[in-house]
Order: sequence, then structure tokens, then C-alpha cells
Amino acid sequence: MEFRIPKDIDLTQQASWCPGCGHGIICHVIAEAAKELGVSDRIVTVDDVACGQFAQYALKYNSIMGAHGRVVVTAAGVKRARPDALVIARPGDGSAYSIGIESTLYCGLRNENILNIVVNNSVFGMTGGQMSPTSLVGMKTATSPKGRDPKKNGTPVDISKLMTGTDMAYLARCAVNSPANIEKTKQCIKKALQKQMNGEGYCLVEILSMCPTNWGLSPEAACDYIKDTQSVAFPLGEFIDREGGIK
Amino acid sequence: MAEVKLDTSRCKGCFLCAKVCPKGVFVPSKELGPKGFGMIEVDKTKQCIGCGSCFKMCPDYCIEIVEE
Amino acid sequence: MAKELIKGNQAFAEACLRAGCRFFSGYPITPQSDILEYLCWRMEEVGGECVQTESELAGINMVFGAASAGARALTTTSGPGFSLKQEGISYLCASDVPAVIADVMRIGAGLGDIFMGQGDYWQLTRGGGHGDYRTIVLAPASCQEMADHGYMAFDLAEKYRHPVIVASDANIGQMMESVELPEMTEHDIDKYDWAIRPRQEGEKQRVIWNRFWDIGEQQYPDYLRAKYAEMEANEQRWESVQTEDAEIVIVAYGISSRVAKSAIIRARREGIKLGMIRPITLWPYPRKAFDELGPQVKAFLDIEMNILGQMVDDVKLATDNRLPVEFYGEYWNVIDENKIISKVKDMLKRY
Repeated sequence: MEFRIPKDIDLTQQASWCPGCGHGIICHVIAEAAKELGVSDRIVTVDDVACGQFAQYALKYNSIMGAHGRVVVTAAGVKRARPDALVIARPGDGSAYSIGIESTLYCGLRNENILNIVVNNSVFGMTGGQMSPTSLVGMKTATSPKGRDPKKNGTPVDISKLMTGTDMAYLARCAVNSPANIEKTKQCIKKALQKQMNGEGYCLVEILSMCPTNWGLSPEAACDYIKDTQSVAFPLGEFIDREGGIK
Repeated sequence: MAEVKLDTSRCKGCFLCAKVCPKGVFVPSKELGPKGFGMIEVDKTKQCIGCGSCFKMCPDYCIEIVEE
Repeated sequence: MAKELIKGNQAFAEACLRAGCRFFSGYPITPQSDILEYLCWRMEEVGGECVQTESELAGINMVFGAASAGARALTTTSGPGFSLKQEGISYLCASDVPAVIADVMRIGAGLGDIFMGQGDYWQLTRGGGHGDYRTIVLAPASCQEMADHGYMAFDLAEKYRHPVIVASDANIGQMMESVELPEMTEHDIDKYDWAIRPRQEGEKQRVIWNRFWDIGEQQYPDYLRAKYAEMEANEQRWESVQTEDAEIVIVAYGISSRVAKSAIIRARREGIKLGMIRPITLWPYPRKAFDELGPQVKAFLDIEMNILGQMVDDVKLATDNRLPVEFYGEYWNVIDENKIISKVKDMLKRY
């Protein structure tokens, strides 16, 4: 079997992500999903500021660089103006669950027919590894030097628990720390895009993603951190699937 | 027979390909890549089985697998 | 076309639809809310999208998406909400995306109150958010102008690929007058070569982002200065009222200019040579109107419904600070014709 870089990946330039960063893998997965569904010419992305915005050097899709925390509503604006487009918002966990949490929730309540791919690396990456809404209890970050203390910093956001009261179409959590998990991530993204084509509504796929630089780990150890720690706190799986109801 | 096609000009030396390869095809190069990062190279004594794990895992689109 | 009796806010909303606006997202706030209410039923009739968003920030950023996709998009708000819109307006300007924003002004900083006011002038004309930007700001003084400016705003936004703000106030928004509405038009969402739609094989990638990425960060300053210079050269709008022989020239916009007009009629009966420049664009400021004035002018009287006289500086700049500029402002109350006349009489004694 041959494995070729999908045509939606732009090989004429290169995003300046750190070695071992999960963002590049996630862009690859999106391009593979689009290729397998045959929808490359239907996709529009809305990228968040910070590391995620470098996707514009990796993916060939027409895209908007939205404001921090607002990409999901900006994506909803695109979708409402162009219902035939397959619109993907790509915030990080800080954007989607902290500064933009109201819009993340409200897009679920309004069941906006878009796909929200939230890259969860448990830190604010671009700004230097500060504590994010998904930093784990005890996790040392630039703004929680002694480790995240729930009494002081609150508890981490588990989106699978927050969204279950909405009518959204699909909610899954995946990871890109291993080939098997990458394959599952692709299946979830394909499922979500298919739902958007069916008009089922809001899909949120959270992807646990390595940030070796800010975790202070080698890329290999960062993959193991997802397996042994991050995905224990944030279990992988499908939590809402409207076809099958809430799981 | 599967063969690894490596574009080392994009390699940032994360070595995730080496981590996931079941056959140990990838080894660190002694040379630095064009961006000053470490770099991977293919150990020609090992045979690729074409599972595609490295292709999926590489964050920088350096790897393709072709059939000989 | 027959005129109809209609509220200012509704005239504005209807005119926006007739300009081809098919996307609205906004949040309730007095005295803007009837635009939102009107569009919540009327937009459906014309096949557009109207979303009551979770916040003002969501309202403007949803507009950012729809406008980036090529739609004629609108959001409206008042005072406190206008502050929240600044983030999105800054992004629209930085990305060269046309859209229309209305600020139906009320009084005060903070919550202030819902009464008529003109307290947002600084924020409107200086670029209220972060970074180097300004927008064209239209200031209607009647329900007819609410319709005319709403309609014109979309054309100006498209012409310059830039957001345009329509700044009215609680009086103009809430009162009813007879209005001739424009003809209904449709906007082609695919007419722009920059708007975001799915990329087809072989097409160049389109990205909506800070424009210096497209233009080059070293070239961008010249590009931006030229863009604003063109607006300043072409888009100054104003109304001059009996300025030919005026010794005192009132400068007032919006509802304040309406009261000032009555004062001018009364003053003229008493033989006082009073005139007015009414800025119709608050930015670009109508400097040309001041250039046209004769040497008989002794002083200016800036009249606004705010406390600090926010437009005084612009009058001084427009006249290169050659003549005195005084200020009469009201807060909580409407501008008083009698106070204008006694203020003008007092000024004539001194100048």
C-alpha cells in the first residue's frame, strides 16, 4: 500500500511549529479526511491566532484568521453566508474553553452546522506555556509554577461534561500521539464532516495534541504523556452522537 | 516491496517516525538538517513493511511510502 | 416612490436590507434594540440570516465571518455594546473586510443611561480599538438620513473594502418621520476576488488576515496611509447652513444639529448672523467645509450632547486653531434652543 501526502497539504512552504508538535499531524489528518470524502473543494477553515494559525502554511484551504476565542462564531458566520461550504473552526483549548467558552457553548445550543476542531495541548502554547483551561491538576506551567491547584486555579474544563446539555450533533475526543489514535481521529473528523453535509449541526472534535516545548518533554515522551496522563484525565471517545443519542 | 521516500529538507528531527516504526527503519542522522535541527535517516539494512505509521505520525510531511 | 411614516431605527434596518444586506448578528441593547427586533422577522422574508448572538463580541465576529465570505453584513449596538464591538472592528480594518456597524448612541461612560446622547464621538472617530485604523463614520440627523446612510454605508464599505459606521442616537433612532425608502437590491456574494469561499483546484489560496501579510510589512504603511488619504479626499460630507455671511458658526451633527437649525432661524429674525456646519461624516472630518468659510467668521460654537465637548478638537484642527471655539453641551437633557441663542449673543459681545 502506498502512502502519499494528500494534495491539500502545501509542500511549497513549511509551518514553523516546534519539532514533534501535534498541529502538523492534525492538519495532515484533516487533509486525509477531506481526500477520502472527496470534499477538498468544499472546505473553508477559520484558524485561531497563535500556533494554530500556522496551519495556513500547511493547508491549502481558503481560510480566515479569526480573533482569539471567536473563531467558532466567525466560522458560524461563514457557514450561514455560504451554506454549501464545509466550515471548520480550529481553535486551541485556551481559545475554545477559556476566552471563547460562551461561543463554544452557544454554537452547541444553536446547533450551528459547523465542525469545531479543538486542539487540546493543556497549555497556552504560543505565549509560552501558561496554564490553560485544560492544564491538569498538579501540572506545572509558567503560571502555575507549583502545579495547578484546584483551590486556587479551579478545575480543568472537560468539554464532554459541559456540552451534554445541548442539542449538538457530535462530540468526540481523539488524540494524535500514536498511529492508531491518528487513524481514529481521522474517522471522527470524517464522521463530523459527513454530519455537516447531512445538516445535522454542531460537531466538536477535541484532539489531545503534543506540546513538547512547553511540556518540557522530548517529542517521544510527549506522546507517552498523552497516553499515560493527559488521556487519563480526559478520556478519549465519542460522547455525543445524535444518531445514537448521548453516550 | 515498500520503500520509504524521505524528504529530509523538511525534517525537524522529532524522531516520532523512529518511535512508531515497528521495524526500526529510522535512525538519527549524524548531520543536522537545513534548519539546524537534528535529522532522521533510513537504515538501509532494515526492510520497510509499508504499514504507514511513520507517514501518519510525521508532523512535517517528510515521509511517503511507495511500492517498489 | 411613496413615503411612509417609520421609526429611524426601522428605516435604517429596512434600507440596509434594500442595499442587499442579508446577514445580521447582534445583541439587545437600548436604544438600538428595534433594529434587532425588526430584522428578526424581516430578514426571514428576504431570505437572509438574522442571529441574536450570545454577546456583542459574538455579534461582530460573526459579521466578520459572513463579511469575509462576501456577504453584505451588519451589526448594530449602543454605547456599552459599542465598546465590545471594537475588537471586531479592529479585525475588520486590519483584514480589509467591508461591513456596516451602527452605534445608536446613548449617554455616559460605563452603563450611562439609555437617553439620547452623543458621547461616543472620540471612540467613533479615532478608531476605538487597538492598532492603526479609522473608519468612515456617517452621522444621520433624520429618519430619512437613517435610511440614506444605511444604504450608502454598504456601498462605501465595498468601495474601500473597509468597515463603515453609522452613528445615530436615541432620538434619531426612536422618532418617527416620513421616509422615502430606496429600491430593493440584491448583492452578489461571489463578486469579490478576495472573499472566502471553498478553494477550487488550481485556484490561488485566499486568506483573510492582517493585510500586511499580503502586501508586505514594509509596504503596508504606505498602502494604509494612501487608503485613508483617499477616504479623506473623497468622502468628506457636510451640510452648510447660512454660512455665507455668518459671524458665529455652529458646528453640530445628528440631533443637535436639528435644534441648532431652529436656533438659526430665530437668531436670524433678531438680526444675528448665525450659521452652521453640520458634519455628515464625522470621519473623515469635513475640513473642506471650514476652508470655504469667509473672513467674516468670528468664532465657532460646538454643540453636542456630551459633557466634555468631544468634537471641539476637530473643529480646532479643521480651522488650524485660528479662531476661538466654544462649547455648549447637554447631558441628560436635549439641546436647548434658548441656551444656544443666549450663548451666541454672549460670544458676539466678546469677539
